Amino acid sequence: MDFNDTPEEAAFRAEARAFLTANAKPRAGARPVLRQGGLDADAVVRCKKWQAKKADAGFAGLTWPKRFGGREASPIVQVIWNQEENEFVVPRGLYEIGLGMCIPTMMAYATDVYLDRYVRPALRGEEVWCQLFSEPAGGSDLAALRTRAERDGGDWVINGQKIWTSGAHLGDFGIIVVRTDPNVPKHEGLTFFFLDMKSPGIEVRPIHQMSGARHFNEVFLTDVRVPDSQRLGAVGQGWRVSLTTLMTERLAVGDVQRPEVDDLVELSRRLRIDGKPAIQNAAVRERIAEWHARSQGLKFTRFRTMTALSKGETPGPENSIHKLVNASKLQDIASYGLDLMGAAGLVMDDDLAEAYAMFQSALLSSPGMRIAGGSDEILRNIIAERVLGLPPDIRADKGIPFNQVPTGRR
Amino acid sequence: MNFDFSDDLKQLRDQARRFLSDQCTSAVVRRSADGQELFAAELWREIGAMGWIGAAIPETFGGAGLGYEGLCVLAEEIGRVVAPVPFGSSAYLAAEAILTAGSDAQRREWLPKLADGSAIGCFALSEGSGNPEPGAIHARAVGGYLKGSKWPVADGGIAGICVVVARDESGQPGLFLSDLAGARRRNLKTVDPARNHARLDFDAAPVEKLGGGWGSVQRVLDRAAILFAFEQVGGADACLTMARDYALDRYAFGRPIGSFQAIKHKLADMYVALELARSNAYYGAWALGADATDLPLAAATARVSATEAFELASKENIQTHGGIGFTWEVDCHLFYRRSKQLALGIGSAPFWKHRLVDLLETRNAA
Repeated sequence: MDFNDTPEEAAFRAEARAFLTANAKPRAGARPVLRQGGLDADAVVRCKKWQAKKADAGFAGLTWPKRFGGREASPIVQVIWNQEENEFVVPRGLYEIGLGMCIPTMMAYATDVYLDRYVRPALRGEEVWCQLFSEPAGGSDLAALRTRAERDGGDWVINGQKIWTSGAHLGDFGIIVVRTDPNVPKHEGLTFFFLDMKSPGIEVRPIHQMSGARHFNEVFLTDVRVPDSQRLGAVGQGWRVSLTTLMTERLAVGDVQRPEVDDLVELSRRLRIDGKPAIQNAAVRERIAEWHARSQGLKFTRFRTMTALSKGETPGPENSIHKLVNASKLQDIASYGLDLMGAAGLVMDDDLAEAYAMFQSALLSSPGMRIAGGSDEILRNIIAERVLGLPPDIRADKGIPFNQVPTGRR
Repeated sequence: MNFDFSDDLKQLRDQARRFLSDQCTSAVVRRSADGQELFAAELWREIGAMGWIGAAIPETFGGAGLGYEGLCVLAEEIGRVVAPVPFGSSAYLAAEAILTAGSDAQRREWLPKLADGSAIGCFALSEGSGNPEPGAIHARAVGGYLKGSKWPVADGGIAGICVVVARDESGQPGLFLSDLAGARRRNLKTVDPARNHARLDFDAAPVEKLGGGWGSVQRVLDRAAILFAFEQVGGADACLTMARDYALDRYAFGRPIGSFQAIKHKLADMYVALELARSNAYYGAWALGADATDLPLAAATARVSATEAFELASKENIQTHGGIGFTWEVDCHLFYRRSKQLALGIGSAPFWKHRLVDLLETRNAA
């Protein structure tokens, strides 16, 4: 065992670090960026500038084909970039879905004409993409979605509603899965398209989240016309295309979620219980130890994944473990931090709150993390079914035409 | 980055798994669990002959010189079959203590015998209730003679050589060596009868000093914690496999019980705990091999994680089986018992959690 890069990996890491050092501030010691969502206009401009700079220097789309500006590098190179970028304060939050999910789906299904038109502008950050999947009636049960598309000559006419669409209000283009045939079982009647978010009939309304932020949207579609040439995959094959999107492995290290265990250690040193630093309290120590073990366990699980990647293996459903553990851990640490503060734990004013109010912010944003991108329950199902090989749930809607499936209490 | 065992060690693991699934069957474990024998002597002779016990002992002292990663791989397989042999006592504790603190002469005398299994080692630390801390040690060696009582001592009833934690003339706790001549032994009834445990009473029994103070004791415990963690990971993995297989085989309400989310989510949680424990144990294996400076923190982390994983997996394995899992005839209880034996052997979970935070504070202060 060793933790060393191969010579090629080390060379890339050095190149990445040199670029980042020259163009960004190190994260160490900087005030934590509290990402409750919602990018303001300034943040959007910063994101666009950073993406263009990255792309021009050859650090965007590392695994993509060279003809689109990528390097055709192995996934491990992307992981190394993510690790290095994570050590710096850089603007985030605008391109993760477009570049991580939408464009890879386009690359799997769109014609060369479209790829030549859309991929490079997406990579440089000139055009933002969003993903129109979830619906009010189709969350964990995504295939139960009801937005309809009906054929009209060379076009399809879309009517319905999407929800939880990250960044739709900033999006130029979107990928969308809709129902084209309600007379067949739910998975068989879906079709996949991409569309222009400025098309007539699209209305985007931000959702006011419980955390106070507005990051997600509802998207209403009324008689939106999409040419058949923008269909991705065959008619009725939309579920299969969706799985491609969902399985696009997101190897991003992502934002380090604060507070981490070390933040709780720091807090426990400052706060006092029975006149002594809280960290000397036996109950506090045991909780810290348990979270430390979980946090390190995830870190080293990631190292095992990197090793597999480095050997050319493809990570599979076992990767579900990361968000499942992290989201609950974040919520629990946040809540416990407030408990240690006592009544002052309620306060979020900048001048009074402990640790830049990061514990309070996480308390309010973490419930969303346990739901978005696969709820805890869905992730446990994925582990049980696809890692452990347990049978799928028995489904009441199996083999039944979609328009005969019960949809609510009557 | 190469955070995985080498192909050679994976091959060793596969061989060990095949050998133990043939030779360390439930019937073998049950001979000890039912009190028909104190340990599986024939199995012990064979694993000694294969060089497993001495995997990490240097070849100059009669070991196989496979290194610590080799010993970790074997520990996982020993744990997977709840082997009724004194592997941990001999290899992780007694041999390690002699390697860490012994003189060259002591190493030359004892390590070859421990390596081939001809001598069984044990580690006499506990004196009744309490965790491993200097204040809990009352046994005392004066002028080469030891007075004190040690219990429970894993494999104390079958060992030929005993590393004892005791105070010296000046009252400093450290490591001593006894061939158990002059010690009274009484086998104890424990929650895990598939492993021998004894009470050892030393009444002016001859001992020799191994050298080193409490620092050496802690070093032995830290290193053993990583090896214990691999045994716990092996046990937890076996429990998850048992529970999974049963959930596929057992039908209720006209369907496999593994199709119910109550069971699926339980098993997913067992898997998550196991994977976190495995990853932490891997880091410990690396730290052992590299004798890394953060080995103590890596060890405490691996220990906390693995104890949680095995305790969870062994109890939920019984739960998944339902009533049949509560019978003597089904193997679930062998793992449940062993999970507690391993959890308590070298300091329980609260002890290691406190140690982990001590080390975290020291590291953050640096």
